[in-house]
Amino acid sequence: MTATVQSSRWHFREPGVIPGFRLTFGFAVCYLSLVILIPLSGLVWHSSNLGWDAFWALASDPRTIAALKISFGSAVLAALINTVFGLVVAWVLVRYRFPGRRIVDAVVDLPFALPTAVAGIALATLYAPNGMIGAWLADFGFKVAFTPAGIVVALVFIGLPFIVRTVQPVLEEVDREIEEAAATLGASRLDIVRRVLLPGLLPAILTGFAMAMARGIGEYGSVIFIAGNIPYVSEIAPLLIVIRLEEFNYAAATAVGVVMLSISFLMLLIINLIQAWSRGRFGHG
Amino acid sequence: MDLGIQNVSKAFGATAALRDISLAIHAGELIALLGPSGSGKTTLLRLIAGLESPTAGQVFFGDEEASGKPIQQRQVGFVFQHYALFRHMTVLENVSFGLSVRPRESRPPKREIEMRAMDLINMVQLTGLERRYPAQLSGGQRQRVALARAMAIEPKVLLLDEPFGALDAQVRKDLRHWLREIHDRTGHTTVFVTHDQEEALELADRVVVMNEGQIEQVGSPDEVYDHPAAPFVHRFIGEASELPVHLGQGQIWLGGQPTGLASDQIGLALLFFRPHQIELVDDGSPCLVGKIIASRRMAGTRRLDLLVGSGGHHVEVDVPIDHPAGQQDMLTFRPKVWTLFPENEDEAGVRRKEAREARVVYPRNRSAGPLRQYEPSCS
Repeated sequence: MTATVQSSRWHFREPGVIPGFRLTFGFAVCYLSLVILIPLSGLVWHSSNLGWDAFWALASDPRTIAALKISFGSAVLAALINTVFGLVVAWVLVRYRFPGRRIVDAVVDLPFALPTAVAGIALATLYAPNGMIGAWLADFGFKVAFTPAGIVVALVFIGLPFIVRTVQPVLEEVDREIEEAAATLGASRLDIVRRVLLPGLLPAILTGFAMAMARGIGEYGSVIFIAGNIPYVSEIAPLLIVIRLEEFNYAAATAVGVVMLSISFLMLLIINLIQAWSRGRFGHG
Repeated sequence: MDLGIQNVSKAFGATAALRDISLAIHAGELIALLGPSGSGKTTLLRLIAGLESPTAGQVFFGDEEASGKPIQQRQVGFVFQHYALFRHMTVLENVSFGLSVRPRESRPPKREIEMRAMDLINMVQLTGLERRYPAQLSGGQRQRVALARAMAIEPKVLLLDEPFGALDAQVRKDLRHWLREIHDRTGHTTVFVTHDQEEALELADRVVVMNEGQIEQVGSPDEVYDHPAAPFVHRFIGEASELPVHLGQGQIWLGGQPTGLASDQIGLALLFFRPHQIELVDDGSPCLVGKIIASRRMAGTRRLDLLVGSGGHHVEVDVPIDHPAGQQDMLTFRPKVWTLFPENEDEAGVRRKEAREARVVYPRNRSAGPLRQYEPSCS
């Protein structure tokens, strides 16, 4: 059985009863080319005009590296935070029935809908040293707004729906019998969550993580209002691109863009591979 | 371990799933809970496991009251209808799970867990498949993994919820024999739920027949088949034909006609018999007369659908394949083995009216009307 699956995996096209493969495949390739591949390859093409040495000089500029570190670092951190708390939110929404559940469910999507600038200004107002939460945090000596921590706060806000919306449907599908079976075998509640539920949710969690992270890497609107945008400290890579554009330094802007593109692509590819592996293990493959 | 269920009731909201059930299960017994869907059999099983808590009543494990005990501490092996295997674990990991989640003090060392799991995997004849994931196994294999997993925790009782329900006929049959074998070898007290009477009769030491949240009868397969305690049991277990009759003058009467079956009771009753437990009558003595409306070939016999008596009651009987009755219009017969159940008030009220009409109408229409065709061959 495995042998046939293996061999068929490498065929470009299996003759099948479902028609329309050529049509839909052609459309998908064409569409992806127009929307994603052509603009992105234009970017790469443009930067290749620079030549390798010039490109490398621009890419390894300390300010660029600092900005990239901040962008990717805060995106990963925010995605991790979201993974934990988004999981809790999804759990509460799926497992418990409480008054106002539908409203909470709808609130989760707000970061999708809200203009990011509005979110950024609102967060900056709240977390500024004289803001509601900021003043309180200042008492403990924490400064959030206009520091890298502020960036993470903004990215957590932006990324939350990705985790919740990817985990929620999978969690809904989890058979209660699986948990009951684990309980009759003597597993404690913690064991059930840790050893039975979470591994089953792993592919969904990875998807959500990847999406939240990708969104965080590219996020611009909300971050610039709360970050303070101090070069080398709280300046994100997308902002640096805009700054370079305003300086009419298109070459430097493209260079940063291409570096971001390659790192993002690599990270997403790795996450997808992990996902494919874990899916295969659960027999989804 | 003896199991005791005392006056247990369970309600889900307004609907009662179990009504005041009491049952004693002896150590080492193999018990079947048999009933149609909605009869409460699965609820009862889940109550024993602790997956549900009773609305009223108590469950005893030995002498110990278990109602307050969490599932984790009950040490029951529960096998679910749809296996409920952990998909991200191999067969070996699934079977080891129960031992590996034990608290550190009572957890055997890793090597021993693996050895014991392997023993169980060998016992359920899955040797060589221990590295597979559940998705790579067939239904029957998955069910055997589920059983091995449940037995790994050395359960005090083994509970199986429709264990073979999702499998095809041949696999069911094999697993049935095999479960009986394992039970005899390990001696676990075992309770399984099924809606398949054949499975219950073949496998169980005792059968608990349930209907609408109540126990209709508890008994050995012979008892419930040969001496059903209620009309429901007779209808549910084995095949049954039934006729509304009245009793008097030492005989059973159907619509004013003597049937030739003796009874010293008086009043209204339901007469039950099995299609294969009949004798054909051709000597003109009192009997049942039926108009043959259909004839079907069963495995070893010919099954006839009859309309019997003035009420045209639908009845099934079996005759030998080569019997000429297969080509006739009428059949005269008598049950060889039968059971009478006195009718309850509601049904009897309706029937009394019918019977009265039949009695009044019968003599007047003796020479005409629908009854005529039933007359010629007997009485």
